[in-house]
Amino acid sequence: MSATVETRDTVEALSVEKYKYGFTTEIAMEEFPKGLNEEIVRLISAKKGEPDWLLAWRLKAFALWQKLEEPHWARVEHPPIAYDELYYYAAPAAPAPKSLEEVDPALLNMYEKLGIPLNERAALAGVAVDAVFDSVSVATTFRETLAKSGVIFCPISEAVREHPELVRKYLGSVVPYGDNYFAALNSAVFSDGSFVYIPKGVRCPMELSTYFRINARNTGQFERTLIIAEEGASVSYLEGCTAPMRDENQLHAAVVELVAMDDAKIKYSTVQNWYPGDAQGKGGIYNFVTKRGACRGKNSKISWTQVETGSAITWKYPSCILQGDGSVGEFYSVAMTHNHQQADTGTKMIHIGKNTTSTIISKGISAGHSNNTYRGLVKIMPNASGARNYTQCDSLLIGDQCGAHTVPYIESRNASAKVEHEATTSKIAEDQLFYCRSRGLSEEDAVGLIVNGFCKDVLKELPMEFAVEAQKLLAVSLEGSVG
Amino acid sequence: MLEIKNLSARIGDKEILRGVNLIVPDGEIHAIMGPNGAGKSTLSYVLSGREGYEVTGGEAIYNGQDILALTPEARAAAGMFLAFQYPVELPGVGNANFLRTALNAVRRARGEAELDAVAFLKLARAALKNLSMQDDMLKRNVNVGFSGGEKKRNEVLQMALLRPGLAILDETDSGLDIDALKIVAEGVNALRSPVFSALVITHYQRLLDYIVPDRVHVLAAGKIVRSGGPELALELEARGYAGLEVA
Repeated sequence: MSATVETRDTVEALSVEKYKYGFTTEIAMEEFPKGLNEEIVRLISAKKGEPDWLLAWRLKAFALWQKLEEPHWARVEHPPIAYDELYYYAAPAAPAPKSLEEVDPALLNMYEKLGIPLNERAALAGVAVDAVFDSVSVATTFRETLAKSGVIFCPISEAVREHPELVRKYLGSVVPYGDNYFAALNSAVFSDGSFVYIPKGVRCPMELSTYFRINARNTGQFERTLIIAEEGASVSYLEGCTAPMRDENQLHAAVVELVAMDDAKIKYSTVQNWYPGDAQGKGGIYNFVTKRGACRGKNSKISWTQVETGSAITWKYPSCILQGDGSVGEFYSVAMTHNHQQADTGTKMIHIGKNTTSTIISKGISAGHSNNTYRGLVKIMPNASGARNYTQCDSLLIGDQCGAHTVPYIESRNASAKVEHEATTSKIAEDQLFYCRSRGLSEEDAVGLIVNGFCKDVLKELPMEFAVEAQKLLAVSLEGSVG
Repeated sequence: MLEIKNLSARIGDKEILRGVNLIVPDGEIHAIMGPNGAGKSTLSYVLSGREGYEVTGGEAIYNGQDILALTPEARAAAGMFLAFQYPVELPGVGNANFLRTALNAVRRARGEAELDAVAFLKLARAALKNLSMQDDMLKRNVNVGFSGGEKKRNEVLQMALLRPGLAILDETDSGLDIDALKIVAEGVNALRSPVFSALVITHYQRLLDYIVPDRVHVLAAGKIVRSGGPELALELEARGYAGLEVA
């Protein structure tokens, strides 16, 4: 159709430099020597004042990582990563601030610019923020308010010092250090991230949020997030991510572990907007992330919602281990790729307990020359009687140079289980565009409206404060895709 | 005023319009009738800028502006509106959101202030009431799961809100029962004013009982072959289109 031709022409005509978070911040940094060896692992651990057990754990992870090979089963391509050319620790040189008043104004300004005011008075009402800058957490807001209800929300490096028994009990209990190549790397060199503990019966009074920012050049970010909800507790957590525009690719290999005990609920939302690279595919973040939640208790629930618009490459599969009887796992995903971005993302739902249920709603949008893959596993173990899964995977193609792929695996070892899978692939129809345009909408607005409609089932799962933001992000990320 | 001069257009190699001449002055409603394949829908699409139709000659001037050079959205901003024969479904897009986005796009283009959600809802509810439609029309997704009649009513609702200077109704009566037909006709009649004109494309005379046209034109084989007053529609209903091409 001629619409497609015009689409392609528009894509090629526009140089897409619309990434508005691409600035860098000038600040004195402390960096460890580049490259990775046992000495660096020891330096990071010492810098954090870590106990021996954690250093030993890191070293085991590092020793294993050296023997492992980078995985290549995903539908993504990249040149070999020069792990020895990376910096594994970068942090503002000034001593760690003890309160918000001590945080470097340059940093506060940067977060302000990103729309994340850290000043509690100016902050988004009802949202506590942990701000992670390169390798360290620079500020955590509303900690006192949260402490009143017994909620712990702090940098994980601080949790290691202040709550070692909790960290030791749960760290690596959902994603063991040997889980995969990038998890092993993260376990060896993780420098910071967020720690959340919600005590028994407590409903966390605010939204918790971590904002990740990569600033330094040639630096990998390896954050580690650990969230524990005790019996009957509930929490909603959101993470956002941005990085400067740089011509080199940068590595982000995070690990997120969630633990939900009896009747506990964890809602984990991600708005991922790392720098995606330029229109020719130069630069951008390699986002290789392991996220997994364990529904350990009966009737517990873990819900993942992700809006993935950034990164040159996204490789992540937020998963649920449904161990407790009656536990519930959910995965709601919008993955949008444009230009030369590649995404291989999906989920694993492992049904172990009886009457466990899982829902997977995945919306993939591909534009430009991008490739977008849904990869998912639904596994029903022999004891999971009455397990149920519903999966819906929809792909939307914009233009004729992009690809959408769906790779669902289903393994059922219990005859009473019910597993449903629905999948569609569609293009934005020429008649939909014309209909909108004949009502006065520009072509870009029309595409934005249609794409947002396509993603509605997922966007409505986001906390309200962020749903609007995510809609705008989708529209901005689509600029120049067809219009 | 809409002035179509010697307009020719084709789809691929197929010549559909072969020199259409037509003038629709402000304040008038003109009907275009004709047999299947005469080019009625093509004329409406060419006038509203749908892709895939190649204009091979002639002009279409609306209010002094050559509209054939404009994008579909620029034509909407200039005051044109096409009521679709087959309104398109937009899954996941709420009707209220769609209508407000469209209305504000048009208002912006005309240099008018945009409406916030509250002001829009007030306006939309009043329009719904005038058209005897339910409020839930706004909550549903655009045309998704609508009956044929509801889709056409939704077109009329959009028209009422966008307040075009020139409306083109492409077989809006097809698939409508008599009650829905009356509602659609009332929607068009309510817009009648010295600054509103309409081109009503229809296959049957029935619609013209409710929207009484100032002029009736017969389009056959890509040309206007006859023009007359409302009585022409009745004559066509009685005798059919046979033999008109040579008239």
